[in-house]
Amino acid sequence: MIDFNTIVAPLLDLVAIACFIFGLHLLNAPPSARQGNRLAAVGMFIALAIVLVQTLGVGWWAIAIGTVIGGSIGVIAAVRVKMTAMPQMVALYNGAGGGAAALIGAVEFANFINTGGTAFNPVISVSLVLSMIIGAISFAGSIIAFLKLQELMTGRPITYPGQQVVNGLILLAIVGLGGWFIATGGQVPVVAFLGLFAAALILGVLFVLPIGGADMPVVISLLNSFTGLAVAITGFEIDSVLLIICGALVGASGTILTVDMSKAMNRSLTNVLFGAFGSGGGSEPAGGASGGPQNVRSVNADDVAVMLAYASKVMIVPGYGMAVAQAQHSVKALADQLEKRGVKVLYAIHPVAGRMPGHMNVLLAEANVPYEALLDLDEANAEFPTTDVALVIGANDVTNPAARNVKTSPIYGMPILDVDRAANVIVLKRSMRSGFAGIENPLYELPNTAMLFGDAKASVDALTAAVKEL
Amino acid sequence: MTDVSHFITLLTILVLAIFVGFEVISKVPTTLHTPLMSATNAIHGIVIAGAIVVTAQLFGGAGNHGAVTVLAIVAVTLGAINVFGGFAVTERMLQMFRRKEAGK
Repeated sequence: MIDFNTIVAPLLDLVAIACFIFGLHLLNAPPSARQGNRLAAVGMFIALAIVLVQTLGVGWWAIAIGTVIGGSIGVIAAVRVKMTAMPQMVALYNGAGGGAAALIGAVEFANFINTGGTAFNPVISVSLVLSMIIGAISFAGSIIAFLKLQELMTGRPITYPGQQVVNGLILLAIVGLGGWFIATGGQVPVVAFLGLFAAALILGVLFVLPIGGADMPVVISLLNSFTGLAVAITGFEIDSVLLIICGALVGASGTILTVDMSKAMNRSLTNVLFGAFGSGGGSEPAGGASGGPQNVRSVNADDVAVMLAYASKVMIVPGYGMAVAQAQHSVKALADQLEKRGVKVLYAIHPVAGRMPGHMNVLLAEANVPYEALLDLDEANAEFPTTDVALVIGANDVTNPAARNVKTSPIYGMPILDVDRAANVIVLKRSMRSGFAGIENPLYELPNTAMLFGDAKASVDALTAAVKEL
Repeated sequence: MTDVSHFITLLTILVLAIFVGFEVISKVPTTLHTPLMSATNAIHGIVIAGAIVVTAQLFGGAGNHGAVTVLAIVAVTLGAINVFGGFAVTERMLQMFRRKEAGK
């Protein structure tokens, strides 16, 4: 006798899990990545079909309402979102997942009260409390991250006196209420449960508030791993191997990216989370005007055009400033002109060039830049010594040679793009203001560096026009 | 104590899945980190399965629903945003990654 619930469903779940893992494996190269995503989607379809069969349509209308509304919102947002807004979009989806995990715990608790059940067993009460807390933190934190990235609130770190004390007290309340819930197997007053939920939400808000906009790549990765963790723990709560494995995969992925991003910024995770570092996101580095006068050489677009047109290899170094100026398409147009003349054009992409891991690559891909031309840190640094012109567009701190050789610099030790090793460096910059970290960049004073001042998009367009006329 | 041994089985699965996750994910190149993140995001949208299960339990149970039904619907809604949005946006990004010859 082949029983659906004990044999068929678990086997199909296994198929779904295999789809997820192999799908993620296919993401290891651009040509197969799309297949990978689709395979994972197939796995998801199988997994959800099984759950629907298993629940036998009980509460079908509530499930249908939620799926239709949520699915429409998700897909419409996915189709409409601008690529520059991808970090906040991912933050929102991530927050939604965290919120769902938290609410599952709440519904489970309500079921328990309604049916007047006896105490939860320890595994369920521990996993219910943990998934709810972590899910709520991830939900609230993601919303704040979204608001900061969308510039609906200031990207600067928000700090106030006694911040650590307040956080400590809330954490204490969470531990106390959560401990109470676990110790009694869920037999706590509804008010205590709601208090726990609220405290977790507040902690999520307070935890992201003091983190600056420029540190968002780390925060988004971390929140992603939080939601993964919450989902895995929810798997223990409702006894689902599927949720455990999916949550674990995501948790691992989020952790890897978090560590990568922290390394790329040369800062420990603790420093990112609690350092209130960096003055903020967006195009206005409020870090202030640069300190001392710098001796820089300024050039005009025509001079640079000649240099570019007669080079054999040009390396474009894009930073977030380029994305803010919406100059990706202009950059691609310039690259096309140069390639017509036989110049080899490559792009050097620092891990934290965008607002989330890999963000800059997506922005350039959108502008039709082929992915073979996008070099990561190590690949790019191997190319700089044989590069004729490095064209730095809206990037600052990630090109600062002080990270390599000035032991007293705050960014000393940070992995940078060695643009100064190129024969010529042209820096496109609005003004001599320093980057978000407020650190002066000695690159600008080097004899092989020249500055082209102005709006990034306007400057690139001027270069393209000038190259065309040669 | 079958409860305990069942828990240990689940824990074993969790730990092994974490190892698999690290192995598979660490091979993804930096170029694809944003799509990777949104794809894994979509995968944790599996949480909607959990939302469906507790919703069915809620309706299957005897107790009154009321405000809790709203919570359950919101849980399913959030899960659906996560899963549908995640896969759709990943697909949209990945179709932009082209080789040199692919043209416009």
